[in-house]
Amino acid sequence: MVQAGNTVEDVPDNAPEHCPGTESEFAGKTEACAGCENQEICASNQPKLPDPSLPFIKERMSNVKRKILVLSGKGGVGKSTFTAQLGWAFAADEQVQTGIMDVDICGPSIPTILGIASEQVHSSSSGWSPVYVQDNLGVMSVGFMLPSARDAVMWRGPKKNGLISQFLKDVDWGDLDYLVIDTPPGTSDEHLSIVQFLKESGIDGAVLITTPQEVALQDVRREIDFCRKVGIRILGLVENMSGFVCPGCRTESQIFKPSTGGGKKLAQDMGIELLGSVPLDPRIGKSADYGVSFLDEYPESPACIAFLDIIDRKFFYLSGVLVADSDFRN
Amino acid sequence: MALSETPVSRRLQSVKHIIIVLSGKGGVGKSSVSTQLALNLYRSSPTTRVGILDVDLTGPSIPRMLGLDGHGVHQSSDGWVPVYADGVDARLACMSVGFLLKKKGDSVVWRGPKKNGMIKQFLSDVRWGELDYLVIDTPPGTSDEHLSLLEHMAPVHSRLSSVIVTTPQAVALMDAMKCLSFTRAVNLPVLGLIENMSGYVCPCCGEISNVFSTGGGEEMARREGLKFLGSLPVDTELVSLLDASDGTEAASSAGSSSEPSNAAAEPAESFQLLQRYSKTSSANLFKNILERVAASLSQDTEVPTSARI
Repeated sequence: MVQAGNTVEDVPDNAPEHCPGTESEFAGKTEACAGCENQEICASNQPKLPDPSLPFIKERMSNVKRKILVLSGKGGVGKSTFTAQLGWAFAADEQVQTGIMDVDICGPSIPTILGIASEQVHSSSSGWSPVYVQDNLGVMSVGFMLPSARDAVMWRGPKKNGLISQFLKDVDWGDLDYLVIDTPPGTSDEHLSIVQFLKESGIDGAVLITTPQEVALQDVRREIDFCRKVGIRILGLVENMSGFVCPGCRTESQIFKPSTGGGKKLAQDMGIELLGSVPLDPRIGKSADYGVSFLDEYPESPACIAFLDIIDRKFFYLSGVLVADSDFRN
Repeated sequence: MALSETPVSRRLQSVKHIIIVLSGKGGVGKSSVSTQLALNLYRSSPTTRVGILDVDLTGPSIPRMLGLDGHGVHQSSDGWVPVYADGVDARLACMSVGFLLKKKGDSVVWRGPKKNGMIKQFLSDVRWGELDYLVIDTPPGTSDEHLSLLEHMAPVHSRLSSVIVTTPQAVALMDAMKCLSFTRAVNLPVLGLIENMSGYVCPCCGEISNVFSTGGGEEMARREGLKFLGSLPVDTELVSLLDASDGTEAASSAGSSSEPSNAAAEPAESFQLLQRYSKTSSANLFKNILERVAASLSQDTEVPTSARI
């Protein structure tokens, strides 16, 4: 039986086959290391030199009170939509300063969803200025840096990591109450990097997004596994696209059937909180395409009510860490 | 382009066509399109041999969709033996990182270089045998996995082609555009564009709702001079079929015997998938898509030299 290892490892590009990874306790000591030009460095067991950008990131992030990750193993389940709504909901309070950081480098959707796709980033003496949707909602995304929206960003891991590091240390976020970080699908470079870069500053928690089908839940299970491996607190699970109400006959049907019990069962099985289920509403997608806030446009819709319920419950009134301190709420 | 022989080119010598399924955006149906493409190629003739390779390393969905959850890959003297979705017939071979995981919920937390290594191994070490088509399902984006695929398959570049999948929303089309730019940058022929999730038919009153709007894919194809392969509405039957095709029966029979695909229960199980698939409305629509894919493929092979370099 062939088995894939599944540890968080750092194997350099030019490493010999079966390299245990530079961070491994066996680094420089296994058979595979014989003959590797870096064997001595690995074997010396000296702590690796820290990333020189870490102190700058820590400095910059010291002005950010809460850092929230939006994650999901699967693509297209509504991470960016949820991130945008969360941003808008926070920013509805004029006293609250919110930032949204889009680390989906190859497929940035945040600028479109927030209606600022044509904007550009400006740099000043204090760093890159985020693009502001409104006075208290700043956004940073690679989407603002491309010459044309048609351009593909064909970058391998290290380059993506470099940009993420810059987003954290070079963006002039100012004082923020919340920084919401939208991620690409999967558990790879972007995710590892953000966790590593924010290790010292601390991530307050992650919201996981899923849809009801097993194919999506499978990937979310992997994401939960990831969070537990790297020690990120899971705030809870949001089930998107659960049920669809036909605008013609008002009957609710399940487009993506929860064949294995959906988000509810997953939350139970994995011991995490189900924050809520948001029904599929074609107007959500449309709002995202036009870059307007769904919450403002259709406040009466069931989907909007579900969204607000999640946001209220989790982020303003109930939860321990996030809302316990009221000093910046008032 | 250097056409020296590599382990990958040696292994892929016996593969006639390699079709890469791409989309910039996640969750638009790459894996379900890949699965349908493979199933349709498979049933296009009783002798066609199809392979399906899942290079979505951190979120493999293909095993679930083909009802192969829980299967393992075995090593032979001639490389890894793929898992056969059709049992003893062995005409539909499948390989995914999902088969290599100890536990279903295990995450694969790998950075680029490790993914690159795995892809190279998938391309060079899997004992596909003779294949008419190899369908490659990719993760979203245009990053490590995609660059690695193209890099390792450079020696067989003349047999490569791609299909782009999108949904009708602007957000997805934008990413599809990026993906198209990618294929142009790496000189990868595009067979055409498929618009997925184009409308949803209410099972109660039959009214068509454009859940994710509609028509954007066709419009983009026209604007970019791409062939439009067709649109597929949201088909709940298909969603349930691919989602619930639980491999538990097959898995238990495979788990008890060390032989990969000789268990008697398996052929029936997987034929069932194809039979049930053939009854869905998507299968009907996909017939036309397949015809257009085949037409593009034959055109493509007529002008291989001019298209390259």
